[in-house]
Amino acid sequence: MSVDQLALYDLYADYGRLIDAADWPAWLALFARACRYQVIPRENVEQGLPAALIFCDSRAVLEDRIMALREANKYNIHTDRHLIGLPRILGEGGGEISAEAPFAVYQTDQEGESRLFAAGLYRDRIVHEAGALRFSDKLVVLDTFAVPTLLATPL
Amino acid sequence: MVDASIWPALDYSRVPYRLYHDPEIYEREQQRIFRGPTWSLLGLEVEIPNPGDFRTTCVGETPVIVNRDDNGEIHAFVNRCAHRGALVRRELYGNAKSHNCIYHQWCYGLDGGLTAIPFRRGIRGKGGMGPDFDMKAHGLTRLKVGTVYGAIFGTLADDAEPLEDFLGPPVLAQLRRFFDKQMKVLGYNRQRIRGNWKIYAENTRDNYHASLLHEFLLTFGLDRSTQVGGVKMDARHRHSFTWAEAGSDDDETVRRAYGGANIRNDYLALQEPALGKFHPEHGDRLNIAISSVFPSAVFVQISNSMAVRQIRPRGLDEVEIYQTMLGYADDTPEMTLHRLRQANLVGPAGLVSMEDGEAIEIAHRASRPDRDRATVIELGGGGAITDRDYRVHDVPLRGFWSYYAELLGIEPVDGVR
Repeated sequence: MSVDQLALYDLYADYGRLIDAADWPAWLALFARACRYQVIPRENVEQGLPAALIFCDSRAVLEDRIMALREANKYNIHTDRHLIGLPRILGEGGGEISAEAPFAVYQTDQEGESRLFAAGLYRDRIVHEAGALRFSDKLVVLDTFAVPTLLATPL
Repeated sequence: MVDASIWPALDYSRVPYRLYHDPEIYEREQQRIFRGPTWSLLGLEVEIPNPGDFRTTCVGETPVIVNRDDNGEIHAFVNRCAHRGALVRRELYGNAKSHNCIYHQWCYGLDGGLTAIPFRRGIRGKGGMGPDFDMKAHGLTRLKVGTVYGAIFGTLADDAEPLEDFLGPPVLAQLRRFFDKQMKVLGYNRQRIRGNWKIYAENTRDNYHASLLHEFLLTFGLDRSTQVGGVKMDARHRHSFTWAEAGSDDDETVRRAYGGANIRNDYLALQEPALGKFHPEHGDRLNIAISSVFPSAVFVQISNSMAVRQIRPRGLDEVEIYQTMLGYADDTPEMTLHRLRQANLVGPAGLVSMEDGEAIEIAHRASRPDRDRATVIELGGGGAITDRDYRVHDVPLRGFWSYYAELLGIEPVDGVR
């Protein structure tokens, strides 16, 4: 196998860790220069409907989303904890890896109460860029599409 | 028992916290509002285009099936088997020739009538239903259905006024504008908020909070209270239509107004300006047009994003906001992409709406322990409930409560309407 599986595992581990640490510049650096990021309710995927909860069809929109999160949006004060299952490589070709991984996110409020906030599946395309693996297309299929309270931080 | 003496003020400028937190009130709302003489949004005609198409929805907490029969006619009925009270249709949507309860296979037609009962005559002459069992009297409970420009409404009350009278001219005019072309569903989203449903219903009528809570609007210069705008209500003041006109203020006015309010107004720029770009579509400049229909429907246009919302109570302490994202059937691919981009503004992750979830939860949480105290609803002054041609007010909330009081049978003598 030509894919460096350990590098792929690192990419997913960093992805969750950097959201949980709210290290947005480092998190954004895991995406390719040309990239797409979407969070879409599973019920829409199943009905073939395109509307997403978060729809970043370019790196610029993704960066706008993060700037809004840091500068403008108000949300429930919380920390996230991502539990990401082992990514499975679905295919490879044309300089691109296609992979998926299940995830769960627990959210903990200021007083220490945790709840399962989201479960779902990442469906990703990954490319080599500047000697590292980067997400070029991340589709977050959200099983927990009855979103508890609100969705501010990316999944 | 709550009665008319609960109101501290006859103009509904004070709402006792108890009304958000009393289980007896909640039961009475289900009975007198949701099962009472109001019309609830059930869905859109475009969601069930073909004979046999159905979707499951709810009116208050009552589960409902809405479907189209073989003649193209729309019916709605309570999704509850006449036999043992089980859900008949468990799926969210589908296409069917009949609705069969899985429990004992009682079978209902697309008009809700009971068509078959297994072993009705028993087996070998024993068992089964008695000879005088009346199939006709055991159909699914029917709702009266009405449609307006493609929106399907239903009511469980025989004495509800006609749908168009219920909505009234200002809302009808807005629905005509909203649905002026064939619609297309782009998707759904849902948000579960740990708060009483009425705090959300109030929030959709509250002009005052928009650019204060939803800082994105101001930070990126998308919507400001300094714009020309206002509110129109029906004669009974139960519904509200709130609007704003794009490009109707100037930066100096904004700086003066918000500077005085000690609110940041040094705009940041978006890298992708499409998010804030507004293409007028209806021969007017309205970039905010929100119609809140009592008790639980909201028709929302924010810039070029369009949606209908159902406010679905889930007990005293939780509400689901069920939102259908829309475009027009003749949208170009570029326009569809624009609407999908602007869908970023609304919904549970909406750049200008996510805060509502938090605001409702903190209002619900802090008001619970002290039920005799009351909210203050006085922006735009108290007294008569009237239309306004400005945005810094919360008058339609008082309209909501005035009609609420009437339906619940707690309207004070001389209460304003």
